Amino acid sequence: MFSGTIDKLMPVGIMASGAAASGYEVNLFFTFWGLTNITKIALQNQPSQVDKNYEQMSSMMMKKMQEMKYPMWYELIRQAKEIGEVKVYACSTSMEFFGIRKEDLADFVDDIVGVATFLDKAEGGITLFI
Amino acid sequence: MTEIKIAKTLDVRGMYCPGPVMETAKAIKQIGIGEVLEVLATDPAAKPDIEAWARRTGQQILDIQQQEGITRILIKRVK
Repeated sequence: MFSGTIDKLMPVGIMASGAAASGYEVNLFFTFWGLTNITKIALQNQPSQVDKNYEQMSSMMMKKMQEMKYPMWYELIRQAKEIGEVKVYACSTSMEFFGIRKEDLADFVDDIVGVATFLDKAEGGITLFI
Repeated sequence: MTEIKIAKTLDVRGMYCPGPVMETAKAIKQIGIGEVLEVLATDPAAKPDIEAWARRTGQQILDIQQQEGITRILIKRVK
C-alpha cells in the first residue's frame, strides 16, 4: 500500500477482508503515503482526502458511505484480522522519512519490515501495488 | 426440493460487499459440520461472491433463490 488517499485505502480494506473471509493469506505492506495512514493519530483524525483528480466527488462519496453505514478501511482491516490470516507491516524506511516511531503505529500493525520481507511474502502470490 | 433443516439464518440484507461474504465466513463457523446456513442478502454481488467464497473455502451451496431483490442462499458446512 503506497497511496494515502481514501479512494485507495478503501479498496485495500475491502480486498483484504474479502480475501481473509475466503481463506487467502493476506500481507499488507504499508509504505510512503500509505504508511502515514496507519498511525494512531491518523486514525483518530478525519478520514484521509480523496485523490485530487476526483475531489469534486469527495463529499458525495463520503456522505453516501455514511448513509450505507459502510465501515472505514481500517475497520475492515481489523475485521479481516479477526476472521483470517492477515498481517500488516510497516515500512521501516518510510517510518524514518516521516519520523514515525514504533509506538505511534496503529494496534493492527504486526511488524516493521523492509523490502526483502515484502518480496519474500509476495513471492508466488497475487501482488497489488495500490 | 426436499425439506432442508436450517441450523442458522444470517440476515445481511442492506449490507454491501464484502459484508455478506465476511459475515458468511463468520457464521459458517458457528454451525456444525453437516448443518445448513441460510443467508439472506440484498447486495447484487452476494450470489457470485458467496459462490466464489464456497468454491474457495470448500463449502457446499445447496440452493440459491433470487426474488424481489433478495437472494437466499443455503450453504452446507462440509468442513
